Order: sequence, then structure tokens, then C-alpha cells
Amino acid sequence: MDRRTFLQASAATAASAGFAAPALSQGANARTLRFVPQANLANFDPIWGTQYVVRNAAVLVWDTLYGMDDKLAPQRQMVEAEENSSDGLTWTFRLRPGLKFHDGEPVRARDVTASLTRWMARDPMGLMIRGIQEELTATDDRSFRWVLKRPYPKLLVALGKMSTPMAFIMPERIARTDPFTQISEYVGSGPMRFIRNEWVPGARSVFEKFNDYQPRSEPANWLSGGKRMLVDRIEWAIMPDPATAAAALQNGEVDWWENPITDLIPLLRRNRNVQADIADPLGNIGAFRLNHLHPPFNDVRARRALLMAMDQEDYMRAIVGSDDAMWKRLPGYFTPGTPLYTEEGGEILKGPRNLDAARALLRESGYTNQPIVVLAAQDQPITKAQGDVTADLLRRLGMNVDFVATDWGTVGQRRAMKNPPSQGGWNIFFSWHAGADCVSPAANVGLQAGGDGAWFGWPNIPAVQQKIAEWYDAPDLEAEKKVIGELNRAALDNVVYVPSGFFLGYQAWRRNVSGVVKGPIPFAWGVSKS
Amino acid sequence: MWAYIVRRILATIPVMAVVALFVFSLLYLAPGDPAAVIAGDQATPEDVERIRASLGLDRPYLVRFGEWVWNIARGDLGISIFTNLPVSTMIAQRVEPTLSLCLVTLLLAISVAVPLGVVAAWKQGTLIDRAVMGFAVLGFSVPVFVVGYLLAYVFALELDWFPVQGYTPFSEGFLPWIENLVLPAIALGAVYIALIARITRATMLEVLSQDYIRTARAKGANQASILFLHALKNAAVPIVTVVGIGLALLIGGAVVTESVFAIPGLGRLTVDAILRRDYPVIQGVVLLFSFVYVLVNLLIDLLYTLFDPRIRY
Repeated sequence: MDRRTFLQASAATAASAGFAAPALSQGANARTLRFVPQANLANFDPIWGTQYVVRNAAVLVWDTLYGMDDKLAPQRQMVEAEENSSDGLTWTFRLRPGLKFHDGEPVRARDVTASLTRWMARDPMGLMIRGIQEELTATDDRSFRWVLKRPYPKLLVALGKMSTPMAFIMPERIARTDPFTQISEYVGSGPMRFIRNEWVPGARSVFEKFNDYQPRSEPANWLSGGKRMLVDRIEWAIMPDPATAAAALQNGEVDWWENPITDLIPLLRRNRNVQADIADPLGNIGAFRLNHLHPPFNDVRARRALLMAMDQEDYMRAIVGSDDAMWKRLPGYFTPGTPLYTEEGGEILKGPRNLDAARALLRESGYTNQPIVVLAAQDQPITKAQGDVTADLLRRLGMNVDFVATDWGTVGQRRAMKNPPSQGGWNIFFSWHAGADCVSPAANVGLQAGGDGAWFGWPNIPAVQQKIAEWYDAPDLEAEKKVIGELNRAALDNVVYVPSGFFLGYQAWRRNVSGVVKGPIPFAWGVSKS
Repeated sequence: MWAYIVRRILATIPVMAVVALFVFSLLYLAPGDPAAVIAGDQATPEDVERIRASLGLDRPYLVRFGEWVWNIARGDLGISIFTNLPVSTMIAQRVEPTLSLCLVTLLLAISVAVPLGVVAAWKQGTLIDRAVMGFAVLGFSVPVFVVGYLLAYVFALELDWFPVQGYTPFSEGFLPWIENLVLPAIALGAVYIALIARITRATMLEVLSQDYIRTARAKGANQASILFLHALKNAAVPIVTVVGIGLALLIGGAVVTESVFAIPGLGRLTVDAILRRDYPVIQGVVLLFSFVYVLVNLLIDLLYTLFDPRIRY
């Protein structure tokens, strides 16, 4: 073949490919719900990976023994009945009849015990239960017995809680996987099946209705009641860019967007086909963590100086903008509007800010103008906003700020380092906690103050730990409230971490979608599309 | 020529080895911890340590590097830390969208930029020339994401001619496939068009001043024949070189374009993997990109012989 022939042949091939006969595209399906989640479903083991997005997908695929309702009370879900012995040590549970996994196998009690064993190894409440567990055994196909060394009044809360990792039930063969190793089979007994061969991590995840699912007879209420699926298929479309997601929602290319950023809400509301509302009434609590191991924040006076000087309004406006309905001041560590909410001990965060007194307290603490290493992840708008406000606050207090603007992956690594800040460690990093996790001390990981075992920053405050232990043993709500008040005061007095305020987020959906409810998880049951 | 091709292909081996060493070392030295990302924000330091150990990230550099090289030599790119899927599977899932985007962009860019460059050279100093060069400056200056948003707003949201986002595989039909690619290809192609148009113009100006062009004119050849048969063919070698070099530009731009238009391609896979520190995926994709780049350069070298028969290897 000579040069000219080759060129002619190439041109002809390109032309013929370009005019290939068009194939027909698949039409839009009214039984398919197209959903934009908060993040990429990069893995799908809700025990191994504890990101919220994994949990949100997992509630479609795996069921739980108990489910939390909107009053934050655990209700029976897979369980038909339970019994607790008079000494509080022995629990006996019976499963509902007819429960099946997606592979057609019945759900047996031994699946439950294996699943709970794996869950206990990774969950803070589970670890406590494991510490007092005498035995956990299946007594027959539908019943199992849990014997404890001492009573654990919050057992049903632990089994039904929404915080990660949730106590999902898997087939025994899968649940026997090491809790620190990822599972590779995604078989549950929830209302939807995970379609693994359509999973493109970073782009798309697909769930199809499980026809053998046995919903409870009660109406659905958050994670409790009958989880009736009104669509046959849910397609998660991962859209890292909020502007693209907004345009896709306006254009009708997607039906429901879990977390539109506040800036885009006015734009979405101008579209008559789109509705936007609060996503989760339990909201979020902004937080910045102080490293209790190294100066200056190893001294409580330096920590208190920050509480005296900071204005939560600055933080909240930086996070949610000018809409006052979207945030509240939070003089404490518990979610507003929930039974255990308290402001006891929160005076330091109320009233006019006193920078001069804060500067004096800082001097008293012995601060010697050493650089304060502030880790601020720029790829997370909430942490970036808190970082910017804090850097300004520290400078106004006369502190020497070493502002490390980086990404979340780097913060995730560096915050685990206990070295002095001058040797690769840190003084401050930023985060936020879902309000659903802060309704009690159980999942409120940021509030733990047990030293090395505590969350990053490693506060070691026995008074706080004592109150947390008392809460676990509290027999009723009144007793719980009393303990929580004291806990809030002890935590603020010692500044376990700095709460930067309470804020809400939005969700948005097309008007032809109905049944969307407000809650900490985008509950897909009861949602239909016309 | 065949000996040359074999030599060039063999020469890619040391290049790839250096790339592999560089990529692995860079990731080893870079800050960030996939175990911390996996464990989530609520995890305790102990949980993070356990996960790090289970992923083998606590092993020494040389052990990890040796194991990785051994697996690569056997054609195994490894398993993604996050998805537990083979890296080769993840790349295979993403190749078609990126390939489609790059191909359509390439075709669009060449078919628009070359005539523009030729016309600008022909009409040198006129309003047309200035307009083309002004467009080229704009193409260079405006970031891909700005062009992307503007196109999506006008042609998807306002006019409803094209979808805002997504990708439809070619197997589901040519029309849905191309519908999803038009806007991203224009957005991605803007800078590429600018580059090729400028080079085409500059090269054509040089060629048009050659004696043989004057001879062609003297012989009464018409303008189109002079421009496209005599001049363009002789200007092709630098243009083809720029098209090849510009591929790196295209790959870089695809990362942004795929994010703006939510196209599930290799660019987004790379960004996601970097943000999560999914080392096996980053290493696999970078190796693939490097290999493609080396191959494209080889292809460009071979194309020279088609456009200029005087070139021999």
C-alpha cells in the first residue's frame, strides 16, 4: 500500500464510521428515580467504610433489627419481638417470619449473630457491648440470645442507631469477613438489590426493587415501619460539580439532589419544576478540634480564650450565607430540638465577645508566640470556611498563625500525628458532625475525652468520661437529661472541642417526585414519580 | 521502517520504567492517607491504624515497590484500595467515554482549526485574519470550565438542544452518543483549536512565500488548489507535530471537562483517585496515560512519512 492509497483508505474508513446507522436510545422510565447523592459511592461495605454516603446506600440494601423513627426512638424492624430478663442481663430476640436475602436464602439467626459480631468490632457502642458480652448465640433459625455481664439499657438504641457504622444484617458467609477487610459480595435483605455489574465507582450506582422484601405493616417513619418501594429502580448519578447537578435538576435529567449548596437555592427556586427544602431537621454541628497534647492548647486557659473570643455567627455565615433560618448559635455539644439538648454551662459562648479578656487569658496560659499550625482542607467548603474565620480570629487574638491550606486527604493523615506541631503535627483542624450523631453521647465521637482513645486532639478529661459513663447507665429520660446537662458543662469548661454553631442543609427535587421526607438520610421508600 | 518501529516500541520500556519509579515514589512521598479517608471522619486513630495495616500500607517502601513492579510485569495493575475492584476493570469502565471525548474533540479541532489557519494566512493582515487570531487568543485565555458552563447554560438549559451532563455509550446509538459529546468537545476543543489554528497560520505563511507557490500561481492554479493541495500538504509536518503534542493538553483538559459535564471518564477517575489517595488507581492511570502519550508520539513520527515522502527512517 502506497502513501496516497493509505490516506484515501483512512479517510473512507473515518467517513463510514462517522455515518454509522444510529441506534435507538432507551426512553426515560417513570419507574426509575435518578438521584444525585452527596458523594461518590467509592466502596460498599457499611462496616468497613463508615462514610455517610455508604450508609445512605446501605440502608437500601441491608436491613437492621431495629430502625430509628423521627422521635429518635428505636422501633422493631427485622425483629418481631424481644424480651429482657428481670436482671437486665439476658436479651432474647425473635426475627419476623419470611425475611429473605437477595440471593433467595432465608434470614437466619446465625446470620444475625455473625453480622452483630462484625459490627461490634467497629462501632463504639458495639465495642462497649462486646466488652460486657457473655455470649451471643442463635438458639434456632429465628431466635437468638444475648447474655451480658451487666445491664446495658441502650442496647436497642445501639441496634437501631443511624450513626455509622449501623448494625446491618448480612448473610453469615459475608459477615464472617474480617471487620477491617472489605466485603466483596453485596447481598442484603433490604428493599432494594445492589446491581453490581452496573456499578461504576465515581459515576453511577444502581439499585433495583427486591420483590421478595417483606415490609412491616406500619407506615414508614425514617428507618422504621414499612419500607415500601414505589419505584422499580434507583440510579445514583455522581456529580462532583454542584453547578452541573443544579443544571441537570433544572433540565429534568435527574429527579432528586441530596445536598445542593446554599448559594444555588435561589436559582433552583426560580424554576417552577423544582422544589427545595431543608434536608435534615437534625442538621449539623460545626467543630474545630484543638490538639490537647501540645502547647498552647494543652492548657485549658488557651482553649477557653478561643471560646471567649469566637463569634459563632461569623462561622455560620461563612458556611451557610445570609439566610438566618439556616443556622443557630450552639452553646453546647448536643443537637437543638432533640430531647437531650441543653445549654447548661454554655454562658461562655453567649453574649458580647470579649477579645481583651481572651488575650489576657491567653497570656496567662503561657503562650509564647509559637506558630499555631491550622490545618484547613480547601476541598471541603465547610472546613475551608471555618479555617478562614479561625485564622482571622487567631490573628486578632495576637497569635502567630501557620495556615496550612491543603486537601482533605492530607488533613486525614496529618491529624492522626501526635508529634509536636513544629515536627509535622498540628494545633487545630476543622470538621463537622451530623446532628443525628449528636443527639446523645452514644455516637458523639467528638465528645469523647479518654486521652489516647479519644478522637483526634486526644482530650483527656476524666470528668467528661465519668458523665458519659453515667449517661449509659441512666434509667430514664429525666436522669439522662440531668447527666447530659452536667456533661455539657464539663465539656465546655474543659473545652473538649470548639463548637462553631448549628447549621442546616437543603435538598431539592423535581415537582413530579413526591414523598420526599426530611431526615438525616435520604429515605427512598415512599418516594414516587409521576 | 519496521526496524525503526520495533526500536521505538522497545524504547518505551525504559521510559515506562522511569515513569513507574517516579509515580510510585511521588505517591509514597506525598502527604495523605487512604486509610484515614476510608475510615471516615468518625473513626478512631486505632481504626485508621488497623485499616492501614490491612491494606499493607505500613510495609517498607522497597517491599511495596517490588511487589507493585512484579505485578505490573505480569499485567496486573492491582486492586483499588477503595472499591475493591481490579484497576484494569475500573480503567476499562472509563476508557470509552474519554476516548470518545478525545476523538470527537480531535476531529472537531482539526476540521475547524486547519481551515481557519489556512484562511487567516491567505487573508493575512485583513479583518478575517485578525478575527481568527482574536478567537485564538480567546481560546487560549478562557478556562475550559468557563466555556463549559457557558455552553451548558445556553445550549442545554436555555435552548434545550443538548443534555447538560452524562455519557451514552456508542452501543446505544450514534445520536445519543454524539448528543452527549457535542458541548464537552467544543469546551475542550477551544484551546486546541486556538493552538492548531495559530500554528497552521504561521506555517502556511512561511510556505506561501516559497518559490513553488509562486510557480503554481504563475501556472494559473486556482486559489483553493494552491492553499489546500500545494501549501497545506507542505505545511502538514509542523501541524501534525502540534496535534500530537497537544494530546497532553487534551488529556489535562479532559479532567476538567469530564467534571463539568459529569462524564464518567478516565479524567474523573484520576481526580477521584488522587483526592482519596487510591494509590493503585493513580499509578495505573498515570502509566496508561504515559504509554498512550509515547505511542501517539511514535504515531506522529510515522505520519511524517505520509505527508513528506522525503522523510525516511
